[in-house]
Amino acid sequence: MALERSEVEKIAHLARLGLNDADLPRTTETLNTILGLIDRMQAVDTQGIEPLAHPLETSQRLRADEVTESNQRDAYQAIAPAVEEGLYLVPRVIE
Amino acid sequence: MHQLTLAGIARALAAKTFSAEELTRTLLTRIEQLDPQLNAFVTVTADQALEQARAADARRAAGENGPLLGAPIAHKDLFCTLGIRTSCGSKILDAFKAPYDATVVQRLADAGAVSLGKLNMDEFAMGSANESSYYGPVKNPWDLSRVPGGSSGGSAAAVAARLLPAATGTDTGGSIRQPAALTNLTGLKPTYGRVSRWGMIAYASSLDQGGPMARTAEDCALMLGAMAGFDPKDSTSVDQPLDDYLAALGKPLNGLRIGLPKEYFGEGLDARIADAVMAAVEELKKLGATVKDISLPNMQHAIPSYYVIAPAEASSNLSRFDGVRFGYRCENPVDLTDLYKRSRAEGFGDEVKRRIMVGTYALSAGYYDAYYIKAQQIRRLIKNDFVSAFEEVDVILGPTTPNLAWKLGEKNADPVSAYLEDIYTITANLAGIPGLSMPAGFVDGLPVGVQLLAPYFQESRLLNVAHQYQQVTEWHKQAPSGF
Repeated sequence: MALERSEVEKIAHLARLGLNDADLPRTTETLNTILGLIDRMQAVDTQGIEPLAHPLETSQRLRADEVTESNQRDAYQAIAPAVEEGLYLVPRVIE
Repeated sequence: MHQLTLAGIARALAAKTFSAEELTRTLLTRIEQLDPQLNAFVTVTADQALEQARAADARRAAGENGPLLGAPIAHKDLFCTLGIRTSCGSKILDAFKAPYDATVVQRLADAGAVSLGKLNMDEFAMGSANESSYYGPVKNPWDLSRVPGGSSGGSAAAVAARLLPAATGTDTGGSIRQPAALTNLTGLKPTYGRVSRWGMIAYASSLDQGGPMARTAEDCALMLGAMAGFDPKDSTSVDQPLDDYLAALGKPLNGLRIGLPKEYFGEGLDARIADAVMAAVEELKKLGATVKDISLPNMQHAIPSYYVIAPAEASSNLSRFDGVRFGYRCENPVDLTDLYKRSRAEGFGDEVKRRIMVGTYALSAGYYDAYYIKAQQIRRLIKNDFVSAFEEVDVILGPTTPNLAWKLGEKNADPVSAYLEDIYTITANLAGIPGLSMPAGFVDGLPVGVQLLAPYFQESRLLNVAHQYQQVTEWHKQAPSGF
């Protein structure tokens, strides 16, 4: 199944990736080549096979509900593009 | 001094032939002189390295004598390093200084290793040629017009060119083993969960695994001994005792059962590589190994399965790069959506965007079962193939790569052609088993790698086989001319 240009635009929006109109034909073509490779999977009989999500099939380890970390806000905000008074700054979202 | 292995350096430092500081200065000079030809380093941390070296010398003067005390190494630039740029080969992290050290970085530092800097890589570890880095391609020291492999291409080039005896790498689909093969190194991808992923910037979390790259199996054993082990900070880290990797090296290979999968020797393999691999098999037979033909029938489905699972996990992992909390932010965003979209479009390179989009598509409503679930079902078939094979053999042996190192730019027009180069390495990541590549000869002056695969947590067996092979062969000792 080949992707249309409009589907590529939708995927880019879902992934929050800006796309130039000029790049769209090439991006669409490359994605279709990759999906062509991936579609070879459909020929494999996987009836009744349980999906494998984790190679060792272990489940998530739980820890005791105790405070183990200290507040690192200043260290983490020191590497942010824009902060003020401990808050991350973004363009206005509520008028 | 620069020709010494980690083991040789440990002996020389213990014998006071030279100090860690002298060794560090020598290698920093070498990096300054030679790295411009290779582009292996993104960041050289000379001041911190000299400080670590002096600290190692002080520890030694106080009576310590660990095998990595004062040993020079460097890290692939996706291991977070406190206060030092961690770029992941991407513009989006060009100015990112991690607020903490990765567990692997911390453990090697605790063992006394001296880090000389951060090594170039494919952007977000996505690539097999080290050509997708924001910092430009890395060159193969065996032929500067060729790629070193990827994504740990900077690690491979630096160690092969004798700028360092060893480096860290990571392997999601072959990114330690394939560059090791193309540059005449020994590289080990451990069992999934053996080495902590904490502070290792994620590409595909169910496949990623850190490991050592060095010139000998013995040096990989030294590195792994320090890198591996349980880490409560990584929820997929395995709480299982470590083997004594060094002690296992000396075991004779009498009775070792080697499996040769017919799928590894079929169409697409350079016949000259096949000859070199079979010559290695003959050497191992002389050491007492027996050989059996086996089959891994689902190997052919590994690449399609991988190119769903890895991009799907990447699309999720890389959603954290939003231009808000860290990393690159675009100029003058008009609103929040514009901020996200342009920061990501301007910050990520083409290959990363392609994989994010493939993954987003595979996970989107209506396609999840046809792509993601199907890929995970194939993943189980691939694991089952290995489980069956290891009932009959102790290790599986084949070529690491189907082709020799290719020319820079040769596979850029068609990304899928480069994806196919990972055919022999990807299955170990999907199954989670350990794999090692070791030098096994040359074709037209370019290195050939042999890959060994073993059951879960049998890293010591892989290192043992490679070490015994390296006792009777000289391939791993060959250095590229000019370095």
